[in-house]
Amino acid sequence: MIRYSLKKLALLAITFLGLSIVAFSLIRMVPGDPVLMMLGERGASPESYAEMKATLGLDQPYIKQFGLFIWHAVHGDLGNSIVSNQSVVREFFDRFPATLELSVVALLFAMMVGLPLGIIAAIKRNTFFDYAFMGVSLVGYSMPIFWWGLILILVASVNVFDLPFFGWTPVSGRISPMFEIDSVTGFLFIDVWFSKDSWAAFWDALKHVLLPAIAMGTIPLAVIARMTRSSLLEVLGEDYIRTAKAKGLSTRRVIMVHALRNAMIPIVTVIGLSFGMVIKGAILTETIFSWPGIGRWLVNSVTSLDYPVIQGGVLLIGMAIVVVNLIVDLAYLWIDPKLRDAHDRSK
Amino acid sequence: MKKMSLMMLVMTYLASCTQNEQVNLHAAESKRTDKTLIYCSEGSPSGFNPQITEDATSINAENPYYNRLVTIQRGTTNVVADLASSWSISKDQKEYTFVLRKDVKFHTTANFKPTRNMNADDVLFSFNRQRLKDHPYHKVGGGNYLYFEAMEMDIIQDIQKVNDSTVKFFLKRPDSVFLANLTMEFASILSAEYADAMMKAKTPDKVDTMPVGTGPFVFKSYQKDSVIRYEANPEYYGAIKPQVERLVILITPDASVRTQKIKAGECHIIAEPSIADRKIFENDSNLKTYSMTGLNMTYLAFNTKKKPFDNLLVRKAIFHALNRGAYIDAIFHGMGELAESAVPPATWGFNNNLPTYEYDIQKSKQLLAKAGMPNGFSTEIWALPVTRPYNPDGRKMAEMMQADLAKVGIKVKIVTFDWPTFLAKSRNGEHSMLMFGWISDNGDPDSFLYTQLSCSGAEAGSNRAFWCFKPYNDIVEKAKRVSDIQQRTELYMDAQKIFKEQLPWVPLASAKAFRVTRKNVTGYVMDPLGRDFFDGVNYQ
Repeated sequence: MIRYSLKKLALLAITFLGLSIVAFSLIRMVPGDPVLMMLGERGASPESYAEMKATLGLDQPYIKQFGLFIWHAVHGDLGNSIVSNQSVVREFFDRFPATLELSVVALLFAMMVGLPLGIIAAIKRNTFFDYAFMGVSLVGYSMPIFWWGLILILVASVNVFDLPFFGWTPVSGRISPMFEIDSVTGFLFIDVWFSKDSWAAFWDALKHVLLPAIAMGTIPLAVIARMTRSSLLEVLGEDYIRTAKAKGLSTRRVIMVHALRNAMIPIVTVIGLSFGMVIKGAILTETIFSWPGIGRWLVNSVTSLDYPVIQGGVLLIGMAIVVVNLIVDLAYLWIDPKLRDAHDRSK
Repeated sequence: MKKMSLMMLVMTYLASCTQNEQVNLHAAESKRTDKTLIYCSEGSPSGFNPQITEDATSINAENPYYNRLVTIQRGTTNVVADLASSWSISKDQKEYTFVLRKDVKFHTTANFKPTRNMNADDVLFSFNRQRLKDHPYHKVGGGNYLYFEAMEMDIIQDIQKVNDSTVKFFLKRPDSVFLANLTMEFASILSAEYADAMMKAKTPDKVDTMPVGTGPFVFKSYQKDSVIRYEANPEYYGAIKPQVERLVILITPDASVRTQKIKAGECHIIAEPSIADRKIFENDSNLKTYSMTGLNMTYLAFNTKKKPFDNLLVRKAIFHALNRGAYIDAIFHGMGELAESAVPPATWGFNNNLPTYEYDIQKSKQLLAKAGMPNGFSTEIWALPVTRPYNPDGRKMAEMMQADLAKVGIKVKIVTFDWPTFLAKSRNGEHSMLMFGWISDNGDPDSFLYTQLSCSGAEAGSNRAFWCFKPYNDIVEKAKRVSDIQQRTELYMDAQKIFKEQLPWVPLASAKAFRVTRKNVTGYVMDPLGRDFFDGVNYQ
C-alpha cells in the first residue's frame, strides 16, 4: 500500500508539469493585455506602460516567463496577483477552506440523498419509485447551476410561493454579518467554536451553507443515484446474492452487507470524480451565493486577466483534484480485497 | 406507515424549532444590529489604499476612512474645503497654499495609536510617496500609481512644508484643474506617523492593507470576498457625522442576488442595482429608489484623420441619420438622457443652448449628396465590447446604428475586439467610427473637453476623434490657465459651441445613476460621480 502510494505520488510530478503547461499557456491564449486592461479608458504614457510590463515580468519571452514560473512554483512561490499585489499562494489558502467546506457539505448532501435514492430505485426496479427517482435525478443533472441557484433563492429564501416552513434560509453569504468570527482555521464550522454565541453562529452558518450546497450537490447527487442504481442492479443479479437469499438472509442484510459493498467500487469512483465536478460547480455557485471561495476568485481573475492568479489557481486546484483521486484509488484497495490481493501479488 | 408518521412528526418539530430559533436569532441580531448599516457591494475591493487602486468598488470601500485636502460638496460638483480649512492661489497660478485644520485626529486601531494630530508631514508623505521614485514607500504595494499619473500630477514641481499647518504646492505650469484633481481619492491623506511605525516594524505593506485614516468610519477588518467591517469614528471632525455605530460592506457580486437581498431586508443599500429590476424595486413598498444623470457620456467618435470623416458634411449626415432617441429606450431602458454636448448636463459649465441635429433621413441623404457621396459608402463601427457604466450594451447599440445608417446608404460593418485590444488599437487611431465613452474623474468640464478633444489629447491618443481644431484648442487651453470659475464657464460654453458646429463625435447619451435603499434609510445622498458615502446615513 505504501509502495503503491509512493508510485502514485511520483506520478504527481508529471501531472504537475502537465498542469503547469496547460495553466500557463491557456491564459495567454486569451486575447488581451493585462496591463492595458488595468489601465482602462485612461491609458498611460508608453514609458509607464513599458515600466509596468517590466515590473510584472510580462516583457520577457514566453519561454523565460514559463521557466521562471516553474522555478518559483517548485519553491512554493506562485507570484503575486497583478490586481491586489498579494501572494497567490496566500490568496488561495485564504479562500480554499470556504470552497472545501462548501464542497464537503455539497458532497455529503449528494451522498446522503443520492445513495438511498439509488438503492431504493434498484430494489424497486421498474416501479413508480424507480421511474420517479431516476426522472428527478435526470432533471437534476440537466439543470444549469446558476438557474437552479436562483430558483432555490426565490423559493426557499424569498419564499415567493408563500410556502409553509420556507423563507428562513438567508439569500446569500457564509454567515450573517452580525457574527464576527475570527479566522483561525478558515473553516467556519470550526472557527465558530472559538467565538461568542458559538451555537447561534453555528446554526447561522448551517443555514447559510444549505442552499449553495444543494445547488452545488444536485448534479453529483444525480450521478451518484444513477450509478448506485445500475451498480447495485448488476450485483443483485450475481449468484452469491441468490445464495444469500436462499440461505434465508433478510433483504436488508443481503443489500447492506453482501450487495452494497461489492457495488461500491464504481460508486466510490463516481464520488471521487464528483469532487472535480463540485469544484467546477463552485465557480458558478460561489458567484450566485456570494460565497468567498476560490471559484469566485478565479472568475474575477479571468475577467481582469490576472495571469499569476489564473495559472497559480488552476495549478493548485488541479493538484487538489489529483490528490483526491489518489485518495479514491487508495480507497479501492481498502474496499475491495480482490484488488488488494492482486496488488500484493504483483509486488 | 408508523415510520412515515414519525418522520413527519420529526420534520414538523425541526421546522418549528427552526422558526423559533429564527425568531430568537432575529431578536438577538436586532439587538446587535442596532445601528449597523449594511451596504451590499458589487465586488471585492482590489486593495485599501486609494493611491494604488482606481476601481469604483475599491473607492467605495476606501471613502469611509479617508479624506482629502479638498472635496466635492455632496450631491454637487463644487470643490469645498475638507482637511484644509482654506487655500490660496498665487497670481501666476503656480503656487497653491493650503492651511490645514488643526483638530483632525487619525484613527486609533489595533495596529496604531497616533500621538499627534494630522499635519503637513502627512500631506507631504501622501504625495511624495506617489511622485518620488526614491521615496521609501514608493515601491511598497507595487509602485504603480495609475490615477496619479493619469491625472498628470507630475505637474507638481515641489511640495514644501511651511509650518505644521501650512503646505505649499509648486506647479510646473498653471493648471486650473489641479484643485479638482485634489478632490480625487488618490489624493487622500495618509498618516506619516503610521507609515514610519510600520516601516520600523518591517511591515510597511500594512499601511495599504490595514489603513489608518481620518474619515467618519474606522477600518476594522476584511474577510476576503465576504465582508468589510468599520466602526464609527467618535472623533470625526466633519460636519456630517456617522449616524450608525457600525458599517458593514457585504460583498454580493450577482446583481439579481443583490435585488433579492434588499427585498429580504439583508441589506440597507445596494450598489449597482440591475436596471432590468427597476420595476421590481419601484413596486416594492419597502424600498426607495434614487436616480440622477451621472457624469458620464457615451458617444460615436469619427476618426477625423481618415476619409470621409474629415468631411464635416459627412459627419453631419451621420448625425442626422441616427435615431438616438430610440437608443435610450432600447439600451438604457429609459435610464439615460439624450446628450447634446460633449459634457454631461450635470457638469458645471454645461451649455444648454446648443443646436440639435434632429433625426432626418432626407436631410442626411442631401448632405451625403452634397459631400459627393449620394449613394453612401462602406465603413466600420467599432462596437464597445464590454458593459460600461456609460453604455450597458455596446453591441446592440452598434446594430441599431448599422440599421439606421443603412437607410441612407452607408453600409456599416460592426467590428469588435477584446477590451484591451480595443483600447490599444483605438488609441493608435486604427478605427473609422468608434463607440466610446468617458466617466468624469472630478466633475470638472476639462475631464471631457480637454482630455478627449484637445490637440494634445489627439497626440496622446485620449482624443479618439484625433480632432485638432485650433480655435477650439485655444479656448480649452486658455480655460486650463484661468482659475476664475465664471471665466472658465464662459470659455467652456464657447468650446461646446465649436464642438457642436464641428461634430468630431455624435454625443449619444449620459446614463443615469441608479440606487436602491430600504425605505427606512434616511440621509442617503446620491453622488453624481457614482460613489456611495455613508456618513449621515441612518435607518429608522
